Amino acid sequence: MSGDGTLEHLRRDGRIVVVGASLAGLRAAETMREKGFAGSLTMIGDEPYEPYDRPPLSKQVLLGKATAEHTALPRRREIDAEWRLGVPATGLDMAARRVRLGNGDEVEYDRLLIATGVRARPWPNEEEGALGGVFVLRTRDDGAALERALSAGPRRVLVIGAGFTGSEIASACRERGLPVTVAERGAAPLVGALGGVIGEVAAGMHRENGVDLRTGVMVTGLEGDPSGRVRAAHLSDGETIEADVVVVSLGAQRNTEWLSGSGLGAGPRGIACDAGCRAFDVRGIVTDDIFVAGDVARSPHALFGYQFLSLEHWGNAVAQAETAAHNMLSESVDRLPHLWVPGFWSSQFGVNIKSVGVPPMGTEIMITQGSRDERRFAAVYGYQGRVIAAVTFDNCRWLPFYQRQIETGAPFPVPFETVDRRPEGHKPMSADFPDPSVPTHGPTITLSGYSPADRKMTFIPAHH
Amino acid sequence: MRLVVDLNRCQGYAQCAFLAPDVFTMHGEESLLYDPEALDEHREDVARAVAACPVGAILVEAATSDARAARTARVPVSGGAW
Repeated sequence: MSGDGTLEHLRRDGRIVVVGASLAGLRAAETMREKGFAGSLTMIGDEPYEPYDRPPLSKQVLLGKATAEHTALPRRREIDAEWRLGVPATGLDMAARRVRLGNGDEVEYDRLLIATGVRARPWPNEEEGALGGVFVLRTRDDGAALERALSAGPRRVLVIGAGFTGSEIASACRERGLPVTVAERGAAPLVGALGGVIGEVAAGMHRENGVDLRTGVMVTGLEGDPSGRVRAAHLSDGETIEADVVVVSLGAQRNTEWLSGSGLGAGPRGIACDAGCRAFDVRGIVTDDIFVAGDVARSPHALFGYQFLSLEHWGNAVAQAETAAHNMLSESVDRLPHLWVPGFWSSQFGVNIKSVGVPPMGTEIMITQGSRDERRFAAVYGYQGRVIAAVTFDNCRWLPFYQRQIETGAPFPVPFETVDRRPEGHKPMSADFPDPSVPTHGPTITLSGYSPADRKMTFIPAHH
Repeated sequence: MRLVVDLNRCQGYAQCAFLAPDVFTMHGEESLLYDPEALDEHREDVARAVAACPVGAILVEAATSDARAARTARVPVSGGAW
C-alpha cells in the first residue's frame, strides 16, 4: 500500500479500534495521537473502569497506603477516544474487519490493536473457588475486596502459589501483622521465574519474616463452613491449614478465548506476532491490519535466539504498545522491531528485587556482587557461554550495567572483576530451574518456542 | 493528581521521598511506594520530585488544557522519557 495514499487516508480518516483498555491499550492510543493519527479511535474494555495501574494492587493497596479505586493511570495526553467500557469483545470477523461486543454491538476497524492481557488463573474447583473468603488478585475490584478482607483481621491467610504476586501478598500480610501460610508446589518461592539458587534466598526471606512457608506441596481442596465461607485447606502432604482468607495466586491465563474460530493465531499461550507486533493468522501468515501488544502477545526476540517470548511485564506493555502504535501508522520500511530487553521489579519483605533479560533461559548463575546472606547482591545468568539475564536484590543501580552485558552478548562466566565480589561469587553454579515441562506457578516470562529443549504443543485443528 | 513511577527506571535515589514525603515513601533500602492519586495540595512537592528524580521515572498527569495545547504543538506533555 506504499505510495498509493492509503496510509495517508488511514492517518486522516481511518478507524482504529483498541481491544483492551489497560496499560498497553492506553499507551498505544496516546502514541497514535502523538504521531498525528486524526481518525476515530475506539477503546474497548471489559472492566467498567478507565485504565488503571495494577502493580500497586499487591503492594501499596494491600498495605492500606493507597486505595484500589485511586490507581487510575495518568494520561500522557488526551486521546479523544470513544470509550466502550464494561463490555467485553466476544468475537472477531477478520474478513469484514469487525469486532463483536458482548452486548451485541459490532465495531468496524481499519486497524485493530489487541491488548486484552491476562486474567488471574482461578481455583480449578469452581465450587470451592466460590466460597466466601477465597480471592484472586488481578483487577481493581480484586484488590479492593482483598484489602477489605485483610482489614477485617482474619485469623490466618493462606496464599496458594509463591510467584511474585503471591510473595508480595504474603509480605503485605506479615507487615500488617497477620498470620500467613504460603503453599507452593515448587521447591521454593519464585523458582519458576528466577531458579532454585535465588528461590532459596526468597524462601529465607519468607521464613525470617514469619511466613509459614510450605514448599513441595499442593493444596488438594478447600473446605467451607455451613455458611459458605472457607475455613480450611487440605494439603497433599496430609496436613490441614485453617484459614479464613485464601488467596489463589497461581499465575495468569491469556485472554484469547474471544478470538477462537476467528482465524487469528491465538491460543492459551497468547497471540503470536512478528517482531513488528503484527499478528499471525492460524496459517502462520502475518496480517496487515491486526497488531498485538502487552501480556497477551508472544513475539520473537533477536537477543534470545528469536524465541517467542510472552512477557507479563509492565515495561513490556508500555514499550510494545508504543512500537505497535508506531507500526500501525507506518509504511512497511518505516516499521520498528520490538526489541525491548525484558525487565521487571518486585517489592517484598522490604527488599527490592529487579531483573533484566530472560532468567529462565539461564542454565548457570554467578553471584557477581554482594552476598545472598545479606539479601543484597547482583547475580548473572549464563546460557551457552553468554550473559542472558541478571537479577538484583537491593542492588538495582548495577542493573543497567548488566543490561548492556546482555545486549552485547557478553561472555559467561563473566571474565571481569566486579565491585564487592565475595568468595561465593567466583564460580558459576547451576541456576536450578525446575523442569520446564512441570508447570510452575509464577513465571513472568514464558518461553514458547523454538528451543529444541522445549516441550512442544500439539496442533489440533478445530472442527466447525 | 494522578501519577505513576516507572519502577524499571527507578534506582531508589529517594529524592522524591525527601521532597514529597506525603506522596512517596521508601520501603526498605531501595523500594519505593507512592500514592498513585495524590492530593492536589501536594502538587508543588510532586513537581519538585519530578524535577529532582535523577532517572526521570515519575510521570504526572498534565492538566487538561496543557494536554490540549501540547497536542496542537505536537510536543510531549509530561517530559517523561520512557
